[in-house]
Amino acid sequence: MQRSNSGDVRYDDPWYDALASGWGESVGPAEAEAPPPARRADGADVYLEVQRSAAFQEVRGRYRRFVGPAVLAFLAWYVAYVVTATTAPGLMARPVAGAVNLGMLAGLGQFLTTFLLTWAYVRHARLRRDRAALELRWDAQERARGRGGAA
Amino acid sequence: MTGDHQVPALLLFGAFVAVTLAITTWVSRHRQGSAEEFYAGGRLFSPMENGFALAGDYMSAASFLGISGLIALVGYDGMLYSVGFLVAWLVVLFLVAELVRNCGRFTLADVVAARMRERPVRIAAGTSSVTVSVLYLVAQMVGAGSLVALLLGGTGEAARAWTVVGVGVLMVIYVSLGGMRATTWIQIVKAVLLLGGTVALTVLVLLRFHGDFNRLLLTAAERSGHGEAFLAPGLAYGADWTARFDFISLGLALVLGTAGLPHILSRFYTVPTARAARRSVVWAIGLIGGFYLMTIVLGFGAAALVGPDAVRASNASGNTAVPLLALDLGGGAGSTGGTVLFAIVAAVAFATILAVVAGITLASSASVAHDLYASLRRRRGKPRSEVAVARVAAVGVGLLAIGLGLLARDLNVAFLVGLAFAVAASANLPVLLYSLFWRGFTTRGAVWAVYGGLIPAVVLVLLSPVVSGSPASLFPGADFQLFPLQNPGLVSIPLGFLAGWLGTLTSPEVPDEARHAETEVRSLTGAGAV
Repeated sequence: MQRSNSGDVRYDDPWYDALASGWGESVGPAEAEAPPPARRADGADVYLEVQRSAAFQEVRGRYRRFVGPAVLAFLAWYVAYVVTATTAPGLMARPVAGAVNLGMLAGLGQFLTTFLLTWAYVRHARLRRDRAALELRWDAQERARGRGGAA
Repeated sequence: MTGDHQVPALLLFGAFVAVTLAITTWVSRHRQGSAEEFYAGGRLFSPMENGFALAGDYMSAASFLGISGLIALVGYDGMLYSVGFLVAWLVVLFLVAELVRNCGRFTLADVVAARMRERPVRIAAGTSSVTVSVLYLVAQMVGAGSLVALLLGGTGEAARAWTVVGVGVLMVIYVSLGGMRATTWIQIVKAVLLLGGTVALTVLVLLRFHGDFNRLLLTAAERSGHGEAFLAPGLAYGADWTARFDFISLGLALVLGTAGLPHILSRFYTVPTARAARRSVVWAIGLIGGFYLMTIVLGFGAAALVGPDAVRASNASGNTAVPLLALDLGGGAGSTGGTVLFAIVAAVAFATILAVVAGITLASSASVAHDLYASLRRRRGKPRSEVAVARVAAVGVGLLAIGLGLLARDLNVAFLVGLAFAVAASANLPVLLYSLFWRGFTTRGAVWAVYGGLIPAVVLVLLSPVVSGSPASLFPGADFQLFPLQNPGLVSIPLGFLAGWLGTLTSPEVPDEARHAETEVRSLTGAGAV
């Protein structure tokens, strides 16, 4: 219904989504507390359909192709840092500049890589995933609506 | 060194309590008593507000007092906490925040139970969430106790006990009256105060050394009596292989534990969408990263200006290094500047403790009411009654934390938090990741993953040198120590993952394809999210 608008919407505005998720219906506490079972049964097919769709596989692929290597990389770098600090304190004590030694630099390097990866993830999600995911969200909710009636 | 700086500190702290109580009353005037309101604050906080609140929930007294104190005492080895606490947020950002926001409603168990048979999974995840929360609470209570002991000098034994009781009572009031909305605003106020205090102290330390970080390090190394070794790893954890494995175990627990902390997970439900959850984590990473960088400066600053001996004399585990540093930076004991600065730092630390305690109490009362009570009862009640249970649960959790806080008062706060993280990483993280990413995961796998991490973690702590067998233990008289490490993470985290895998393999149940599809589609797109 409002799908035609989705092109000119600001994607980084959370308030927009707050409205979108409600679909113009009032989400009362009681409804939110226990979704009617009918919705769940019909919804299940919809979710299977969406899961098998090429668009969803693409979103999932993009997410996994970024997050998988990134998690492995930062965990490996962090574990390497901790293990080196414990098993080779001599190496970490090697002076670099003045009182600053290799261990100090490695520790600050952890801070730096954390900030960089955060930036990279957010950028990737915003440019490569958000738009497609929102389309899929409309799609899934529209299908569920078409099938399940009111809920 | 009591008396003159005691009064301003108590006045400032009283002001904070008054302001937060006012927030609580004002907020609860508008409350409707729905579960949505009580657990999630109406889900309409902005990413920036929630980012500050996340940072407020996370930057506990353990960081402010404990980490700086550890760095002041053992130098570089204390830095591991700072690094681990920050890197952990990448796990939260990449794997947990958005997906949990999309799939769940109030608690960790919501995410898991969506795919599984609800009752056993909820009971398991609820139990482990409450355990983690109580451990974390004890750490905060101990921090409050140390602070008061410092304020009131040697005469403070009774005052210390009363502080722990007072903190407990206040947090119960915040949580049971104000719910998530009041708790979030308290976190925001506290995060601003804490960051402001930390920035001020850091600037003063750097000014003292004319902006020369190198000289700060050299002075700290010289004053410590260890020389260059103070700036390199090994002082605390380099003695033998047991200590080294302890260090690695702690490192693992820190980085994997954050994503399993119930009070952090429940924060993602206070924003409207997954995208808002992501942006609040980015805010949090920025604030927390800056904060931990400053704790390093404060730790080395305390070593250089106060000296490890004076720190140790005040509190054996270093919890009071930062207040002592403030006293010195302001001009020393007896001076007006020192008195004022000390009072500010002490009040900020108190505010920190109160706010974190309120956040954790809220999360654990949600676990009790929404997961445990709702599953153990025959029929689910109305939302109204669940909130009533949550309020009562907040009182119960508060009493338990007060009791344990009185018992554990001599342990280092950062170290206690390390234990809470180990339990969170062992019991909560495996089940959460498996349910989000593993197609074949089953109910038995979920239940085994929780108990397979929780039970080893708790048992190993009970058998560790923390509880018995050494002069520094909780029960120095007894000796049933069998496990050599202080932190169980190295063993219990893999066990949690292994148990979940084994439980799934041996389970006769066929994984429900459709419900997995629902979890996967919902988690990545936000379809059907509340």
